[in-house]
Amino acid sequence: MAGEKKGLQLLDLWVSPFGQRCRIALAEKGLPYEYLEQDLGNKSELLLRSNPVHKKIPVLLHDGRPVCESLIIVQYIDEAFPGNAPALLPADPYARAQARFWADYVDKKLYDCGTRLWKLKGEAQQQARKEMLDILRTLDAALGDAKFFGGEAFGFADVALAPFTAWFLTYERHGEFSVEKECPRLAAWAKRCGERESVAKTLSSPEKVYEFVGVLKKRFGIE
Amino acid sequence: MAGGGDLKVLGVWTSPFVIRVRIVLNLKGLAYEYAEEDLGNKSALLLGSNPVNKTVPVLLHGGRPVNESQVIIQYIDEVWAGSGPAVLPRDPYERAVARFWAAYVDDKVGSAWTGMLFRCRNEEERAAAVARADEALRTLEGALGECSGGEKPFFGGDGIELVDVVLGGYLGWFAAIDRIIGRKLIDPARTPLLAAWEQRFRAADAARGVVPDDVDKVLAFLQTLLAIGSNK
Repeated sequence: MAGEKKGLQLLDLWVSPFGQRCRIALAEKGLPYEYLEQDLGNKSELLLRSNPVHKKIPVLLHDGRPVCESLIIVQYIDEAFPGNAPALLPADPYARAQARFWADYVDKKLYDCGTRLWKLKGEAQQQARKEMLDILRTLDAALGDAKFFGGEAFGFADVALAPFTAWFLTYERHGEFSVEKECPRLAAWAKRCGERESVAKTLSSPEKVYEFVGVLKKRFGIE
Repeated sequence: MAGGGDLKVLGVWTSPFVIRVRIVLNLKGLAYEYAEEDLGNKSALLLGSNPVNKTVPVLLHGGRPVNESQVIIQYIDEVWAGSGPAVLPRDPYERAVARFWAAYVDDKVGSAWTGMLFRCRNEEERAAAVARADEALRTLEGALGECSGGEKPFFGGDGIELVDVVLGGYLGWFAAIDRIIGRKLIDPARTPLLAAWEQRFRAADAARGVVPDDVDKVLAFLQTLLAIGSNK
């Protein structure tokens, strides 16, 4: 048994956009939980026991049973607490498939490309910049004129992407572009998300994220 | 055989991602039209249906596209919840565990697979990818033993479920890789539970005719894929 505490616990790192997805989902559902900040340089026994395969955060513990991988955690939260509104995934299977597709797209593309954008230099960085613009424009087009990726309601795909809005400033400064200029609909969506209490209370400030990346760069010996 | 409106799959016969979708359709007893795509000359239908990723599989249901194999599988399971066995467990925690291992397979086995066949520039790099595959399969051996106490035939228990079809989709390629590297990736001596699972999976009705079993054909097709890749 990973841990036998009753209720919900979240093993997480303050700045992690993956952890923030879970925090947003828990807040949207009005679910109380114990937040346990992890030191990834000195991983706790609880973390290692709860996620022996990947040894990563976030991990959600529900009555001691671990759920790993942020999007899997978000779906678990939605499915295990069906009485708690709002539903993060819509009822219609086709709409669910669309939401899952876009959450998967964000998962596969955004973080890795963003990392290459701030880590690399020269031509490799230019390539990452090109890819980042492509990703953001694709998301902008997918959103279209809708209020959220889920349509009228804030949902699964929005939860998947919202934490990365705090990283836009970091991407902009490293890529020398403006999200507002290149993807105005996405920028407006980011603002709308930021007005939700669950998102506002969860996200790190963009400047703090930029500072965090600066610390990482120093650690990697990058200028 | 139910069809619930027309179903069409755009695929490539060796793709692990396509194979898993076809197995699920078979499990559910669903009739569908299959169209083989030429990855060197993608059809307008494919490009129009999956403009973002331009990949197979695509499921067209009443003309509407669903993309990404695990998204497709969950869509089929939800639309046809009444027909055939459930592909995902009903219990939320068990669903989370199934999704975890399905994601693990595509993350670790999938990346090793591309490394063993498409991304290695020399035998050293291939060997490194093989080592990663070995490690992933060792972990999955443990998972299979845990999830059924070594007592049940499949990851899903008595029947084939999500993790089975996700891993099973790679079996045709594994047989080809076994020939290339001169030993079995899923070796009864190293991973006995997986080896037994493979036999059962390959023999299942839903998998027959869909999991490639002609190694020569697969190896010949590999050359086609490599040629397409180098012409990009």
